[in-house]
Amino acid sequence: MEVSAASTRVLSSMLEQRTGQQLAMSRQWRIETVLQSLVRARGLGSLDRLVHAVAAGGDPALADAVIDALLNNETSFYRDRNSFELLLGPAMARLEQARTRERRISIWSAGCSTGQEAYSIAMWFAERKARWVGWTIDILATDVSRTAVDQARSGLYSQFEVQRGLPVTQMIRWFEESPGANWRILPELRRAVRFEVHSLMNPAPSPARFDVILCRNVLLYFSDQVRRIVFARLAEAAAPDAVLMLGAGETVIGQTPAFVSDPDCRGLYIRRPDALPAYRAAS
Amino acid sequence: MKSCLVVDDSKVIRKVARHILETLNFSVQEAGDGREALTRCEEHMPDVVLLDWNMPVMGGMEFLRTLRQRSFESQPKVVFCTTENDAAHIRAAIDAGADEYVMKPFDRETLESKLQIVGVA
Ligand SMILES: C[S@@+](CC[C@H](N)C(=O)[O-])C[C@H]1O[C@@H](n2cnc3c(N)ncnc32)[C@H](O)[C@@H]1O
Ligand SMILES: [Mg+2]
Repeated sequence: MEVSAASTRVLSSMLEQRTGQQLAMSRQWRIETVLQSLVRARGLGSLDRLVHAVAAGGDPALADAVIDALLNNETSFYRDRNSFELLLGPAMARLEQARTRERRISIWSAGCSTGQEAYSIAMWFAERKARWVGWTIDILATDVSRTAVDQARSGLYSQFEVQRGLPVTQMIRWFEESPGANWRILPELRRAVRFEVHSLMNPAPSPARFDVILCRNVLLYFSDQVRRIVFARLAEAAAPDAVLMLGAGETVIGQTPAFVSDPDCRGLYIRRPDALPAYRAAS
Repeated sequence: MKSCLVVDDSKVIRKVARHILETLNFSVQEAGDGREALTRCEEHMPDVVLLDWNMPVMGGMEFLRTLRQRSFESQPKVVFCTTENDAAHIRAAIDAGADEYVMKPFDRETLESKLQIVGVA
């Protein structure tokens, strides 16, 4: 099934408009693969006819499905183990000190895909109940893809997904077997995370004073301009001493003045409060 | 270079596992059952054992229990790799001394991820 250059242009501009994501060259050939099942399910006969139907604008559900299919939502539990060890070790210990009075920590997993990132954190807290007794741990996880958020909320993972990055002892403890070789995360953990559909192109969700923000493997395909705006939004939504965790290989350096390397935890970033007015003045 | 002993009575599975492991830079040894695996361990103790459950002569559980009882100089990490995919089997394997568990069918990412978790990749 071939896709014409015109259709590719329509799809990539629609994707960018809705999500800020640019269709990477490496993914263009994938358009055909990922959209084929949609073409078949809708009996549209060809990809160009699918694109035509979407462009006509009469079928918002179809447009959503196309966008979701084009997004890369690859993820895993504790993806990049070392980063999680930093975050959940020294960075969390520091935050614990800084918040002894409020006894509240707000965490935002921005671009959470199917939820593994947020549940990894929820599991960590659930395994340390005594340490966090009396604390409110608020975990918000958002993604622009409704399909991804629905799966995240269901807490249902295939055998492949549940094995990726997750130690078997944690799998046995926090998941139950589900028909069709699936595993479902226990209600206790499902309740520990709030999932919402949200685009980073829009203002940050509340409480808008997050102590930890994870925005990992999302910024990659934004244009420089969109990335700057998103970084500014993240900074506005961050507590003055908030920690920012990016994907392995992502950095704030040369991208935004609002965050700097965390001197105590190399690989993580912290908000630089004095940089914020400067950014505002510049924008 | 880390070494892995692949223990499975299926030649096909051994071949698939070997291929993945070699791309992950492991030196690979093979055994078709638990008894053969014990002999391999006596000759050369691998860093990690990838272990099937059901095999003729000696199955995975018997191999694991025997291995853990022996006073070898060092003990390898053991990663079960089996179609026995229910919680009861998994618990039994962990109780017997398994470090990780791969439910078949598996792919490269799963195997790599489990080897990282046990600290050999
Ligand atoms: C590759 S996944 C990364 C998931 C997870 N953060 C991780 O690192 O494993 C990227 C996710 O970002 C989401 N995404 C893309 N553009 C977005 C936007 N504008 N707002 C929110 N989420 C977005 C995609 O839907 C996808 O689920
Ligand atoms: Mg067998």
